[in-house]
Amino acid sequence: MSPIALDIAIHLAKIALIFFVVLTLAAYLVFAERRILAWIQDRKGPNRVGPFGLLQPLADLIKLLTKEDFRPAGADKWLFYLAPAMAAIPAILTFAVIPFGAPLQLFGREVPLQVADLNVGLLFFLALSSIAVYGVALGGWASNSKYALLGSIRGLAQLISYELSMGLSLVPTVMLAGSLRLSDIVGAQEGIWFIVYQPLAFAIFLISIAAECKRIPFDIPEAEGELVAGFHTEYSGMRFGLFFVGEYINIIVLGGLATTFFLGGWHGPWLPPFAWFSVKTLAFAFFFIWMRGTLPRLRYDQLMHLGWKVLTPLALVNILVTGWILMLR
Amino acid sequence: MESALFYILSAVTVTGTAFAITEKHAVHAIVYLVTSFFALAVIFFLLGAPVVAIFEVIIYAGAIMVLFLFVIMMLDLGHPERARLPGIREWWPALALGTVTLASALALVVSRAPAISAPGKAIGVKEFALALFGKYGVAVEVISMQLLFALVGALYLARKR
Repeated sequence: MSPIALDIAIHLAKIALIFFVVLTLAAYLVFAERRILAWIQDRKGPNRVGPFGLLQPLADLIKLLTKEDFRPAGADKWLFYLAPAMAAIPAILTFAVIPFGAPLQLFGREVPLQVADLNVGLLFFLALSSIAVYGVALGGWASNSKYALLGSIRGLAQLISYELSMGLSLVPTVMLAGSLRLSDIVGAQEGIWFIVYQPLAFAIFLISIAAECKRIPFDIPEAEGELVAGFHTEYSGMRFGLFFVGEYINIIVLGGLATTFFLGGWHGPWLPPFAWFSVKTLAFAFFFIWMRGTLPRLRYDQLMHLGWKVLTPLALVNILVTGWILMLR
Repeated sequence: MESALFYILSAVTVTGTAFAITEKHAVHAIVYLVTSFFALAVIFFLLGAPVVAIFEVIIYAGAIMVLFLFVIMMLDLGHPERARLPGIREWWPALALGTVTLASALALVVSRAPAISAPGKAIGVKEFALALFGKYGVAVEVISMQLLFALVGALYLARKR
């Protein structure tokens, strides 16, 4: 095989691997969430399908695929059909820049476990997270329903607000690593993880990604007590499933990014690098589920207050202080 | 490979922009425009300017168009499909601008200036930042002053009376 063909084959293999692992993991995260929430609330959770209920995601998939694909009267046909994909695709595309393991030696060459090692990797993630807004906004608007529209307007405002504090909280890690390339950021944490130097940035990033995933306590775009199901009220079957799975893909991807930026990526003792990356990422997923089982929902004005008047100024001060310390060192 | 990609992307950019202009429904026009921004971003990437490409997506597709969408979703625009074609009086600014653009493009073709080719390697973040805040620092400052004026103006308009 010629070197270029081998290159393309390796890239396609990595993409296929990411698709398979992330989609399966997202489906099982739904199951894990139901089991863990049940455990928190002293219930049993889904345990009927297969051993320990492990085949439940498959049963859910069959149910979603065989449901009627319903479109409300007066809905905007094309945007209504496209919006679920617009929500799920940016989430999984972000995985292209995350290094999920140490470079391997394959066929006598070094193969980085990362699809694209862009020199603007961090900005690529921010670009895709700003694009993810369209799925929520257009899905709610195209449904021609007031609940969906209210949900999508809330979602838009929330996602824009928290993108700002999320982006600003990442600036100190770039200052410490001296690069926007994610493999360099992971490389700079070989000794000490950035969470040690930047606990405040980590806290701001964690709160912001919880808001970006639209999870409790930040799930006002789909607050079921007020808005039925928010922006995806009118969706049924697999289109609803795509919104739903997109949310869980987002959890995995944002957990992976938090690992990359603050917890040393795939670095760690004893275990192989890929295992370290998975453990840290899944720990974030567990944390999100735990948070959902514990915290109440914020009010809309509290959410905006927290984002604009607390997190964003704190992140700016943090950047300034980091700059001073780096100058004086 | 690159030239094939370039032609596909430019076709998407031009068609997307054309549809964005002719589409009567504002939300659809935004979707077309965002598509064309995406294709444009990849063209920048092919030209060896990844930073510009990413900022095209973050700022234009991810911030400005989202704000447009936000405002349009809140407004009740009635029946956009019943909108009439603009009359000749409303056409002339567009015509004048179009003529200037076309004339510049023609002048460029006639003058046979050497085609701008992509640099051998992609411009990194460091070179980009040094050029932006060093060589063009004054321009950046002027623009940020303008943005500050806009910010103060918006604050003045939105304050409680």
